[in-house]
Amino acid sequence: MTEAAENLKTTPLHALHLELKGRMVPFAGYDMPVQYPLGILKEHQHTRDKAGLFDVSHMGQVRLTGDDPAAALEALVPGDIKGLARGRMRYTLFLNEQGGILDDLMVTNAGDHLFLVVNAACKEQDVAHLRDRLKGKAEVELLDDLALMALQGPAAAGVLERFVPEAATMKFMSYLPATFNGIPVVITRSGYTGEDGYEISCDKSDAETIARALLAEDEVEAIGLGARDSLRLEAGLCLYGHDIDTTTTPVEAALEWALSKRRREEGGFPGYDIIKDQLANGAPRRRVGFRTEGRQPAREHTEVCDMNGNKIGEVTSGGFGPTFNAPVAMGYVDRAHAALDTPVQLMVRGKPLAAKVAAMPFVPQRYYRG
Amino acid sequence: MTIKYTKDHEWVRVEGDVATVGVSDHAQHQLGDVVFVELPDVGRQLQQGKEAAVVESVKAASDVYAPVSGEVIEANADLENDPSLVNTGAETTGWFFKLRLSNPAELDALMDEAAYKAFVEGQA
Repeated sequence: MTEAAENLKTTPLHALHLELKGRMVPFAGYDMPVQYPLGILKEHQHTRDKAGLFDVSHMGQVRLTGDDPAAALEALVPGDIKGLARGRMRYTLFLNEQGGILDDLMVTNAGDHLFLVVNAACKEQDVAHLRDRLKGKAEVELLDDLALMALQGPAAAGVLERFVPEAATMKFMSYLPATFNGIPVVITRSGYTGEDGYEISCDKSDAETIARALLAEDEVEAIGLGARDSLRLEAGLCLYGHDIDTTTTPVEAALEWALSKRRREEGGFPGYDIIKDQLANGAPRRRVGFRTEGRQPAREHTEVCDMNGNKIGEVTSGGFGPTFNAPVAMGYVDRAHAALDTPVQLMVRGKPLAAKVAAMPFVPQRYYRG
Repeated sequence: MTIKYTKDHEWVRVEGDVATVGVSDHAQHQLGDVVFVELPDVGRQLQQGKEAAVVESVKAASDVYAPVSGEVIEANADLENDPSLVNTGAETTGWFFKLRLSNPAELDALMDEAAYKAFVEGQA
């Protein structure tokens, strides 16, 4: 296959994926590499051991400008955006009036504007939502001319330092405009693997040059969406549309850490009454991890039952964790069964698989906090 | 000893009335890294074209169908400890199970090696 399937969009690195013999699949409307010849297991482990380069250009990069875009954005999200120092970033959520999650995103205080990174599948609706709700308060620009790649893993800092010396001392969740071999880039120390690493935003015309320069380093391999998924699952990170969606609140999703203290007290975001009540009294169900005996994975939509066979929830992401060297899964259970080590049964192809509610992440996160 | 293939990418090799079954090298390549294989219990009666086993890669679970009917007489215990044998030796050490043929005539409808090769190339 040399051309993208009909109706699929491509990223600025599409030709490089084909050259690297990526196995291309449709993802969020894009023709994306699910894996390269190395294969998901080795790509996963390479990222944990050294460094992996991911094309995430399908994600939405958005610029928010105006008199006070932070104050404006706070009407839509429960995070403390006004308190975000210049050059710092935060994970937050677009919420609906029921406290359901419309999307999850990263917000950076870039000084004269806010820089947002949103999910590929949600970006059009997010931009429409922002434009509709922030009319007259902020200008919203979808930065379609940018590419985004992630360099993740314990060797990421050592590699990037060769091109951008000041990247080495950046702290987790910080932002830095810089140059990479003379090319303007915007770097954040963030990612979706649980490892230390960076996301690098650049003009789409420069993406291939930067990607090739990074891939030429000994420690770096190209990594596809398959390993991106197994890495984030081991790290206990949610995938929008699977682990969180409009029917799950941040409290149900165990994302209380994304509800900033000031915002919990002041409110002023959609669904506040419901979320405030759930914070005080608990939510009816909760996102938890599952640890199983043996090597059989339990996949998304696997029914979760109590020890008497009553349905108490569902797996929302599940697979095999290459570093954990065992199956990993997360999903929702009724609150009565959400305590750590609660025994449950996962109904895989009609047969009960013994499991326990487990702490996440399955593999310790290794962010650089300076 | 001949090897035959199905359109679902299983292979079957027959010796006397015993058939050894696995997935083709093409199939393992498509599946990617195999992390778990669910094999049928010894004694189970399998029907041609019906579910017989499940092979799980990091990404997904896929059904494996019985290429021919018969009673399971052995499952490959090595796959329990090392499912990656399906990747490294799909048509040899990575075999799934053996069964005693109940209707050897079913073999006639399956593809030989050359026909299967052409079939796979036609799918690409």
